[in-house]
Amino acid sequence: MTESAAKPRVAVHKFSSCDGCQLAFLNLGETLLQIAELVDIVHFAEAGPLDPEAAVDIAFVEGSISTPDEVERIQRVRANSRFLVSIGACATAGGIQSLRNLAEDNQWLGQVYARPDYIATLDKVTPIAGQVKVDLELWGCPVNSRQIVSAIRALLFGVVPVTEQDKVCLECKRQQRVCVLVAQGTPCMGPVTRTGCGALCPSFGRDCYGCYGPAENPNTQALARRFEGLGLAPDAIARRFHAITSGAPAFHEAGLQQSDLKRQEKDHGG
Amino acid sequence: MADETQQRSVELHVPVLTRVEGEGALHLRIRDGQIEQLQLAIFEPPRLFEKFLEGRSYEEVPDLVARICGICPVAYQMSAVDALESLFGIDPGPWVQDMRRVLYCGEWIESHSLHIHLLAAPDFFGYDNVMAMAKDHPDEVRRGMHLQGLGNALIRLLGARSVHPVGVRVGGFHHAPDEREVDNLLRQLRDALPQAEAMVRWTAAIDLPERTQSFPSVACQSDDYPLVGGRIVSDRGLSIDKSAFEQQFAEHQEPHSTALYSLLDGQPYLVGPMARLNLHRDRLPAAVTHLMDSLPIDWPSANPFHGMVARAIEIYYALHEAIRLLGAYRRPAQPFVPVTPKAGTGFGCSEAPRGLLWHRYDVDAQGLITAARIVPPTSQNQARIEADLRESLTDFGLDQPDDALRQHCEQVIRNYDPCISCATHFLRLTTERL
Repeated sequence: MTESAAKPRVAVHKFSSCDGCQLAFLNLGETLLQIAELVDIVHFAEAGPLDPEAAVDIAFVEGSISTPDEVERIQRVRANSRFLVSIGACATAGGIQSLRNLAEDNQWLGQVYARPDYIATLDKVTPIAGQVKVDLELWGCPVNSRQIVSAIRALLFGVVPVTEQDKVCLECKRQQRVCVLVAQGTPCMGPVTRTGCGALCPSFGRDCYGCYGPAENPNTQALARRFEGLGLAPDAIARRFHAITSGAPAFHEAGLQQSDLKRQEKDHGG
Repeated sequence: MADETQQRSVELHVPVLTRVEGEGALHLRIRDGQIEQLQLAIFEPPRLFEKFLEGRSYEEVPDLVARICGICPVAYQMSAVDALESLFGIDPGPWVQDMRRVLYCGEWIESHSLHIHLLAAPDFFGYDNVMAMAKDHPDEVRRGMHLQGLGNALIRLLGARSVHPVGVRVGGFHHAPDEREVDNLLRQLRDALPQAEAMVRWTAAIDLPERTQSFPSVACQSDDYPLVGGRIVSDRGLSIDKSAFEQQFAEHQEPHSTALYSLLDGQPYLVGPMARLNLHRDRLPAAVTHLMDSLPIDWPSANPFHGMVARAIEIYYALHEAIRLLGAYRRPAQPFVPVTPKAGTGFGCSEAPRGLLWHRYDVDAQGLITAARIVPPTSQNQARIEADLRESLTDFGLDQPDDALRQHCEQVIRNYDPCISCATHFLRLTTERL
């Protein structure tokens, strides 16, 4: 990363989020201390170092953009960073809070706060790439420490980190798990969801709920038909796609198609 | 000298509080030696969780509410299943209840260790952050990180991952670990007891400021030291069913904060580890009370700076409790009971690492959520933090230099381990015009 002998400078920024992806650093234990030897962590408010305007080699960005202040702040982060990595579902797809974008009117704030005029928010929640150029996206709700450490290690070696975009199914097969969709008839999102978690939900005998977002070439329509065959109503299928990563285009559209079906059923007195 | 102090006007802004979870700031205005304005401003953007939950099936709730907080997702899952099972009239049985305590112990160990070592302790040893502190105090920091790792391992045992774990369902768990996994972890937990004891003594030996403040302590109450469910009690005589919470506790909004303020009979109150120890130390096992008796701190305590020691004691307790429950582990035929949804309103409470976490769900006959309300611990502590700051700053001396004042304010705030991400996303459903 660096031309000089100086250690690469790293920042960790937080936007609208639950702080869970920062734990991929804070839960590293001994490895966190080793990373602090390899790189210079110049900004990471939750861990202590505070210098939000510092120029850095790598910026990790957690969270989505949901206020006017955040729009300005992410521009400055981009301008100050050589390599910008968005981490987690909020940063890569808007996260769970982008469910707000699907609300038919924008009355939520008023139903939430007695004085919505005290609260500054944008009408729509956007991922980081909706605002600035992003060099690498690490998906997951949350991202795990393996993903973070692999990315740092690759960047320190001066190579582009490998992007994981296989389906959860492939990881599940490699682990020789019993398929929860085929064997138990549970509406597993594994066939369309990006790998990286280690197929945790099927390993616990339950359905994947898509928290790593869409895999490459996801056949969402075929999976929706399969869910229909399992007896799920269109609105229940829509909720499968519109959950943690509803802002990812493939899941966004698949969910909307189901919502349209539900509306048609209603119109026909169904 | 006294005149100079009285005439001094200070405007102090801490635009970003570091080593807290989420985004907050502090505004302090001192005029003529008096605090004119003091605001803990929480500007974490609202994520409006209670609205997402509307129209969702009860089955989805544990996975969705986990996303409120990456540091205490288990707490949100536990209060949610407590509320929904209370409504549906389900008793998940002793195995599920025991394993929920084990899972929750994992979260207390993880969250408290993170707070003590990474967020709070650097203040008391004169460092800006844990990476710097580790250079001079490597053993203490490694010990803390090891305990944090064990907490995470406990959550993984029952939840597959430590952040947003996937094991909890209404009615029980998706998966029961096998005995070998449990035995492996049990051995590590037993080995860590002497380290946890040393860690408690280490926090108790830190030279902490002397303070005496008056505040009600509020926590859940059950037969054991409180974790999931029970009544809600205070040390001023309050004892109510969890369904009566809204009649006693009122939330209001302030212009400077995206978190709501919660008051008990119009007054600030304390929730969290210190409140729990103040109320329930008679429910702790002998091993823990013996250790407490040997420390130079008398409980109940009125010094908020004892919050860090209270966290350390709870880590020691949570290790003992997980060892006790896992020591009797048997793998069940099925780790959950079947659930049939029922229309109505369900109330749930549990003790998040930072204190009482209260949930209410309105559910229809299909099991879809029609309304939700969640009151997290940090919005309950917010008014208490401001009250503490006013008293602490006066005790500390308003004539102290700005840097010292700022640093003292941050220390006081960190005593409460505020989780600002949690505090922000909550809303009232009945609109109240102020």
